[in-house]
Amino acid sequence: MTSDFFILMKSELSLVFIIFLLLILKVSDVFKSNSAFSHFSNVLLVLNFVFGFLFNSEGTLFNGMFYTNSALALEKNILNFGVLVICLQAFDWLKTHKHVAEFYILLLSTLLGMFYMISSGHFLMFYLGLELASIPLAALANFDLEKRKSSEAAMKLILSSAFASGILLFGISLLYGATGSLLFSEMPMLITDSPLQVVSLIFIFTGFAFKLSVVPFHFWTADVYEGAPVAVTSFLSVISKAAMVFVFISILMPLFASAKDLFYLILLLSIVLTISIGNLFAIRQDNIKRFLAFSSIAQVGYVLLGLSSGNSIGISASIYFLMVYLFSNLAAFGVISIVSSQSGKENISDYKGFYTNNKMLSWILAIAMFSLAGIPPTAGFFGKMFLVTAGASKGNFVLVGFAALNMVVSLYYYLRVIKAIFIDKNDEPIASISGSISHHIGLILCFLGIILTGFAGGLYEYIAIAFKL
Amino acid sequence: MPETIYIALIPLLPILSFLLIALVGRRYFPQICGLLGTLSLLSSFVISAIVAYQYFFVVGKVNGIYKQIIVFKYAWLQFNSNISIDMGLLLDPISVMMISIITFISLMVHIYSLGYMKGDPRISTYYSFLSLFTFSMLGLVLSTNIFQMYIFWELVGVSSFLLIGFYYTKPSAVAASKKAFIVTRFADLGFLIGILILSYYTDSLDFQGIIKKATDPSFIGSLASVSFMGLSVLTWGLVLVFIGGAGKSAMFPLHIWLPDAMEGPTPVSALIHAATMVVAGVYIVARLFPVFTFTCPDALQVVAYVGIFSSLFAALIACTQTDIKRVLAYSTISQIGFMMFALGVSGYGGEQGLGFMASMFHLFTHSIFKALLFLGAGSVIHYVHSNDMKDMGGLRKLMPITHLTFLIACLAIAGVPPFAGFFSKEEILLAAWQSNKLIFYAAIFTATLTAFYVFRLYFQIFWSKTFSAHHDQSDAPEHKHGEAPFSMLLPLIILGLLSIVAGLVPFGHFVSSDGEVLNTELHLGFSIAPVVLGLLGIGLALLFYKKENDKPNRMASALSGFYTGALHKFYIDEIYLFVTRKVIFNLIGRPAAWFDKTVVDGSMNGITSFTTSFSGWIKGIQSGKLQDYTLYFFSGLIGFVLLVIYLWT
Repeated sequence: MTSDFFILMKSELSLVFIIFLLLILKVSDVFKSNSAFSHFSNVLLVLNFVFGFLFNSEGTLFNGMFYTNSALALEKNILNFGVLVICLQAFDWLKTHKHVAEFYILLLSTLLGMFYMISSGHFLMFYLGLELASIPLAALANFDLEKRKSSEAAMKLILSSAFASGILLFGISLLYGATGSLLFSEMPMLITDSPLQVVSLIFIFTGFAFKLSVVPFHFWTADVYEGAPVAVTSFLSVISKAAMVFVFISILMPLFASAKDLFYLILLLSIVLTISIGNLFAIRQDNIKRFLAFSSIAQVGYVLLGLSSGNSIGISASIYFLMVYLFSNLAAFGVISIVSSQSGKENISDYKGFYTNNKMLSWILAIAMFSLAGIPPTAGFFGKMFLVTAGASKGNFVLVGFAALNMVVSLYYYLRVIKAIFIDKNDEPIASISGSISHHIGLILCFLGIILTGFAGGLYEYIAIAFKL
Repeated sequence: MPETIYIALIPLLPILSFLLIALVGRRYFPQICGLLGTLSLLSSFVISAIVAYQYFFVVGKVNGIYKQIIVFKYAWLQFNSNISIDMGLLLDPISVMMISIITFISLMVHIYSLGYMKGDPRISTYYSFLSLFTFSMLGLVLSTNIFQMYIFWELVGVSSFLLIGFYYTKPSAVAASKKAFIVTRFADLGFLIGILILSYYTDSLDFQGIIKKATDPSFIGSLASVSFMGLSVLTWGLVLVFIGGAGKSAMFPLHIWLPDAMEGPTPVSALIHAATMVVAGVYIVARLFPVFTFTCPDALQVVAYVGIFSSLFAALIACTQTDIKRVLAYSTISQIGFMMFALGVSGYGGEQGLGFMASMFHLFTHSIFKALLFLGAGSVIHYVHSNDMKDMGGLRKLMPITHLTFLIACLAIAGVPPFAGFFSKEEILLAAWQSNKLIFYAAIFTATLTAFYVFRLYFQIFWSKTFSAHHDQSDAPEHKHGEAPFSMLLPLIILGLLSIVAGLVPFGHFVSSDGEVLNTELHLGFSIAPVVLGLLGIGLALLFYKKENDKPNRMASALSGFYTGALHKFYIDEIYLFVTRKVIFNLIGRPAAWFDKTVVDGSMNGITSFTTSFSGWIKGIQSGKLQDYTLYFFSGLIGFVLLVIYLWT
């Protein structure tokens, strides 16, 4: 039993261990410089990522409150990897920051919350994880301490989160009243399509939709993304989203199993709204972080399109796409973060003539944009292709056609960035920017990910096997 | 032989040398790029030879039958449980034969180019393209999956385009490369549709899967109901695949690009447009041969008639051309026509499969002697600095080795025993005799023409008038001795020797339609007619062209209409131009352009202005006020609930 505990919860325990270690190091003031602290923490994160592949097993703990298996371990590894890349890319920004240790501790606490959320077997467990994942995040959003916008972002994030949590809890309590259970292993059997249950399910869905920035629950997204430091924005747009999609798959979809048509109807509406509104807003943005915020809203719409198929192909396509999206978005944010920390410029118009002084960064940003837009041979193409194929398996070709049309629209604004970088003239282009080794490693990992994930078809197979439902 | 993953090195070495030369070598060590490419190809060739030995003599044969071996296979894109795009390596008699031929000819061309391209400022680019081509071609023949083959098929097209247009400052070369690319690309569209049809009905993209399913009798029965214009759908699929093959193999009416492709450097013509790439069409038919014979004999008839017609047609044109490379190009079309119709008249298994074996045999010998002809022509051109026969003549004393090897190649292609071409051509003619008399007579006439036009070429270059050095500037002393450098002579000598002995290989022991040994013996009685006719053709050429005289002109005027037609390649290019310029441009192009400008662009502009104004309007919703956001959130929730109440019961 005790050995089970250590093996099944090893991802979480590993994070807890790192958090406490960093806390002690911070208090005892071992590291003299920020760089040393960051390097040390990054090494720990690498070990943590490697550790994620070892000793995986399947089982439950605490009377079904906690549950894990190989698919969940894979999801946690994807998140581990993403956090590692974000930390590598945050290195330059943290070098001069006063609170490096706090950054790591808060970030890892959030990640820990997500792990509990993913592994939860019970609604209360899930809710605890969710809160652990959102509250430190609000503190992180405020991490550019001297900027007012950053505080505003934190305020907006925490208040909206609280509101969404309220709705979610309301839904959970209604459902508990109707079924008498909060265990995920029991609930799908207990759910019928009585009106009370249906309404409670909708409440729960909106709680999820808020976190995923599904329209019309997305309004916090742009303001928070713009105000928060770039590292936190990339965490919000990649890790938060990915974790929420994972939970969406493992918790929400089984709950809706007995109300499939309803679920499809809600998803259909959400997809149409999310993709089109996300695209329409993205077109108008000049701040590159806001722009990526809206484009990530649209991307979530495509993930939902894959999930709307409700079958295992759709699920593995979504996981695959999330991985691709992680690489592409982190590559884009990696470039943006270094530009923002060294030149303070965050607008697309500032990127005009970026290519003159920064050849490498330009190419990486361009390839990230191509991948986000879904142009072959980047991984983004394959990701979108699998998603649309999965969506088409439901037979709703109008929806698929609509999504495809929106991809064309999205091409417009992604290419706008590329045009600014390579074609537009600028008398004062951004000066040559030199990042640290850590930052380079982070970018190279993403770059390789974008190129190789597409060609390594085995990866998709691997996911499909892990998710054989 | 599962442990023999080293086979992957055969295509990998050329691609590595391509990457190395193109990315690094071109800038840092351009002078040794040629050597680098040649060495990598040499290694590739050695491995191929080992693989061929291993396959044919050690592991390939099980119970007297050569089996297919999948060395390795990796599912690249899995569409469903059956259909996937794989990357893999397939060994069977024809692919092993092809890799040996490709690496060998490519090696010869690499060595030859060391001399031929010497001093060219872009020699490193040239070698990188050669490596890329060799890689693509090897990948094509080793494919386990028809889609993998399609990918390499296109890569082959691209590298051929690059090499034809190598002298990119010459407008004619640019035009030729474009023409080649567009014509073959057009044919490849047919190939792609054919692949889709095949995979749709057989539920597989794998060669083994397609063949297994398509030759299953119950499946053939079930197909009878699905037909289109009187032919079964699968037949249409195969015909479309064949169109793709006909594009690459320059079969009528898609042959127009090949003569123009001679604008590329001559060694390239030897490699791509004589020995390797152009037989890709033959290869794809051979690869899918069981499907052709068992399921769609109608498609095989198409192959046979297109083959014989192209063969005869090209031979007629070849008799009138004066550019030596063009003559050789038309002769290539003609010889590939031989291979095609040999496949077309063949059956499957045992004696029935003679045509298949003969076709592959001819592919094998033709690669050797045609490469030799081109390389010989290359060294003549290198010396004379002209492609036109009128500028040549009497070169036999000046270039003795080139002369001798060229003569061997001519004898081989004319089918004079005991040179290589004789044996393979005999088998083809025998196969045609056994199954289709009409094709046989046309073929034997073409064979006679072949003997005539190659010897016309031979006599005009090496005999005829004495070589007048009007173009040969006295200040070019290296041209005085006439003969090419050693690096160019070595391939000529090797190929010359092979052209003598290659026909003696008991080819049926290695390659046959069903993998079993096919014993072939010479039918002396049968051989008399073709050989005599071939000698007659040579004699005619001797009479006409050995010494300068006016017999050819008199002959030409006697056949005036026909002669002019053949001289202008039967106006096929003009027909193409008419169809594209007048018919397609006016009837389709202009209306389409109008539609595009007004309707398509108009609606696009409409959508854009709508999108921008709409997004400007809704941008106001994003007010930045948290209370508004909460309101929207709540309305969204209520909206969903209302929706469920009213829409979903």
